[in-house]
Amino acid sequence: MRLEHWFYTVPLRLRSLFWRAQVEAELDEELRYHLERQIEVNIAAGMSAEEARYAALRAMHGLDQRKEECRDMRRLNFVDNLWRDSRYAIRQLGKNPGFACTAIFVLTLGTSAAIVILGFADAALLKPLPYRDQSRLVAVFESSPRNARSIVSYLDFTDWKNLNNVFSSIDAFALNGGFTLMTSTGAESVPGTRVSAGFFHTLGVTPLLGRDFKPDEDSPGATRTIIISYAAWQRRFSAREDALGQTVTLNGTSSTIIGVLPPDFHFAPFGGAEFWTTLRSTDPCEKQRGCHNLMTIGRLKDEVSIQNAAADMQLIAQQLSKDYPDSNRDFGAATLVPLRDVIVGDVRPVLLILLSGAGLLLLIAYVNVTTLLLLRSDKRGREIAVRGAVGASTARLFQQFAIEGLVLAAVGGLFGLVFAEWGMRFLARLIPGDKLASMPYFRDLGLNISTIGFSCFISVLGGLLFAIIPIARTSLSQIRTGLKEGSRGNAGITWRRLGSKLVVLEVAVAIVLMVGAGLLGKSLYQLLHVDTGFRTDHLALLSLTWPPASYGKDQQKIVLEREVMSRISSLPGVESVAVSLTSPVGPAWGSSNLHVVGQPIQGEHNEVLHRQVSSAYFTTLQARLLSGRYFADNEDASKPLVAIVNRTLAKKYFSGADALGKQIYYDWQPQLPIQIVGVVDDLKEGPLEGEALPVLYVPFEQKPVAGFAVLVRTSQAEALLLPNMISTIHAIDPLISISNSQTMTERINQSPSAYLHRSAAWVVGAFAAAAFLLSIVGLYGVVAYSTSQRTQEIGVRMALGAQRRNVYQLILSEAGRLTAMGVVLGLGCSLAAARLLRTMLFGVSTWDAPTLLAVPVVLVISALLASCIPARRAGSVNPVEALRSE
Amino acid sequence: MSKPTDLVQGTLDLLILKILALEPLHGWAIGQRLKQVSGDTLQVSDGSLYPALHKLEQEGWIKAEWKPSENNRRAKFYTLTRPGRKELEREAANWNRLSTAISLVVQLKET
Repeated sequence: MRLEHWFYTVPLRLRSLFWRAQVEAELDEELRYHLERQIEVNIAAGMSAEEARYAALRAMHGLDQRKEECRDMRRLNFVDNLWRDSRYAIRQLGKNPGFACTAIFVLTLGTSAAIVILGFADAALLKPLPYRDQSRLVAVFESSPRNARSIVSYLDFTDWKNLNNVFSSIDAFALNGGFTLMTSTGAESVPGTRVSAGFFHTLGVTPLLGRDFKPDEDSPGATRTIIISYAAWQRRFSAREDALGQTVTLNGTSSTIIGVLPPDFHFAPFGGAEFWTTLRSTDPCEKQRGCHNLMTIGRLKDEVSIQNAAADMQLIAQQLSKDYPDSNRDFGAATLVPLRDVIVGDVRPVLLILLSGAGLLLLIAYVNVTTLLLLRSDKRGREIAVRGAVGASTARLFQQFAIEGLVLAAVGGLFGLVFAEWGMRFLARLIPGDKLASMPYFRDLGLNISTIGFSCFISVLGGLLFAIIPIARTSLSQIRTGLKEGSRGNAGITWRRLGSKLVVLEVAVAIVLMVGAGLLGKSLYQLLHVDTGFRTDHLALLSLTWPPASYGKDQQKIVLEREVMSRISSLPGVESVAVSLTSPVGPAWGSSNLHVVGQPIQGEHNEVLHRQVSSAYFTTLQARLLSGRYFADNEDASKPLVAIVNRTLAKKYFSGADALGKQIYYDWQPQLPIQIVGVVDDLKEGPLEGEALPVLYVPFEQKPVAGFAVLVRTSQAEALLLPNMISTIHAIDPLISISNSQTMTERINQSPSAYLHRSAAWVVGAFAAAAFLLSIVGLYGVVAYSTSQRTQEIGVRMALGAQRRNVYQLILSEAGRLTAMGVVLGLGCSLAAARLLRTMLFGVSTWDAPTLLAVPVVLVISALLASCIPARRAGSVNPVEALRSE
Repeated sequence: MSKPTDLVQGTLDLLILKILALEPLHGWAIGQRLKQVSGDTLQVSDGSLYPALHKLEQEGWIKAEWKPSENNRRAKFYTLTRPGRKELEREAANWNRLSTAISLVVQLKET
């Protein structure tokens, strides 16, 4: 039946579509035939020719409407109209470039923001991790009353492995990663870690090349084998297949490469890991049950739920805590967390907040465009009425509106996609490399099926919204009456009120975000320009460490230090060279307990940072000496022990009295008093944004350390000096491994606090810019709409003698009222929001007057500029025309 | 309005199919035949006839060809197709069922 049906209908449809002219002609002829016959009958009944014709036409109830119905019945209208309406819609947009550009700009802004954030959320929260059956993977932690997610000791891990009944496999990786790799140019620190032999099997990852670890390859006697990451294979082995079987020296042991991981593999806890070797309990930590250094990952058996597994692990942990009370007394519990949560845990709340922000922007964008469309549909009242009168059905008008809305939304969505792609790449580049390594799922961000699908979805949704609202506004009755009078429906007033409220809200949101962005931007600036106590430009840095076996004796370290300094100072452009335990502006590590000789010890802990520095340290940094002297070149262990303290230490532990000449002693040398020979102004030895810390400087040669930072002041571009410094050091000893080679400017810009401030300022700033633009467009839309609704009123006013100036005043005061309400609301909320931001602010108070003043001023000026357009339009209303149209 | 308000929705299709089952006719003649057989009880507007014809044609139940008419002018004649005949049977059966049911209800005695 169906088939036979099609046999008849398909050719008809095709004919209707492609031989349209012929079908139209036939329709004309058919109806003409009918009319002629009817006229003949009417004349026969005694009417005049003219009367007969009218009667026949009347009986048709409108010839053109009937023709349109016939076309509808042939279903050709739908496709045909779709095409025609799209062209018409595009032509309409082209005729009104101001409207088209504004609407498309607003839509692009809204959709691209939403797509960018969704892209990030999709990459982190939705896209499957590159492991087989990832929902069955859990991370298993030991739990103590203090810490539910404690890492695991090797012996506990082996017991778990043997005792559990719930995992098809459970494996571990060491958290203290990193290796020293011997390369042709010298030793290099490379990221990597040690894993138990079944690690990749548990994750369900098969090497791209070569093989996985064999089950017994993590036993102490097995030959050393390594699996390398795809990136390492590309970079270090030029993607050659013969990389397999090659031997490399990792941490002084030669190991054979047996596999290469697939390109899409990533593992966030060791995002940048290049080398994976086996855990073989050689680390001293792994011989003690109390030493926790592993994280474990289990694959649940098919029929086991995470709750059941947790219950089983709980029993095992309790048993172990009974069996080994010395080490496990506190660890009588275990916690199971889905692996995905461990991997993306940190970013989830941030992304959800951003997602709601982007959703809000999108909503505001859509509301704004709807207001603009209403404004336009009002101006097109006549056109719609005419179309209705000449035979367009309501459905047909609806279709026309829907198409216009969809065209607009589609163009906006398309631009949104393009900008989103660009925006995602831009934002991903803002994430510094080490940060990106811990969030490897952001590695290849970009458009994919889900983001494109999402943008199609929101465009269709937006298109429907754009269609429905103007249609609801332009009710059917208006089409009828629109020919005669410019009527004002209730819908118009409702929308005007709703629109005003939304604009107040938009302005308030923009104010809050702009104040936030202003405060964050200002604190970023303050942070990057914080007084470090030294000159930060033209300073090159690197850190070096060496294998524990070499340079074991103090004298060897001193020889190395002198050699490094003398060789580097002979490099071209070098002004001075110094060494320190670690470079300034960094984590506040290397602290110790200090006592002042002569002061009673009451068990207090006087924590200070200690820095072993060479004599040229302060002159190289260009620090400010407050009193006393710097270290001399020859102050080594044979000379009396000396120290320099900073201003904060002097103030804190000598309560303002002169610290110079006083004696102190230190935790590691409690019997040996040290004389303070100098006081320097505070240098930023700790983190950029922290308070000044008490710091004790001692001569490197009196207390040499295993590894130090080299600081070089140069007269040339400091970045160009770094490669020379590295090769110079490797020329001394290729086994020395070098890390953190950077300039001081880079170090400050890339410091974690600068990163945090910068990303916060960028994100909030981007949202603020979007919210600002949207609120201005929204304000324009609402004011222009209400002006167009008040054209007659304005005409009356002008007819009664109102000047153009008064009209401007009328319109601008409405805009001013809305803006003022938004600004007041926004400022109120900003103060509350700034309090939430307090911990993120640096050198800026939440009551920062310049920001709180500048933001409203910028917004008010822009708002008034935007409302000048409708005000000018209103001022040029011709009162006669306005009144006549009533 | 073009819709025959006094005609049960969809009945027009049935009437057209039935009339065309007797002989092929053009639009005007179908209208005349309708008035003739129903004795002016069924007021079918001329306007609503053509959309209905085009719909039936598009559904494949009737087909059209141009032939000289009784007054020797070219007219569009509609003929019932095989699926149209089946459709007519279905529609007619439906109508019978419906009208029987309605007349049963209408004839209920008031007490």
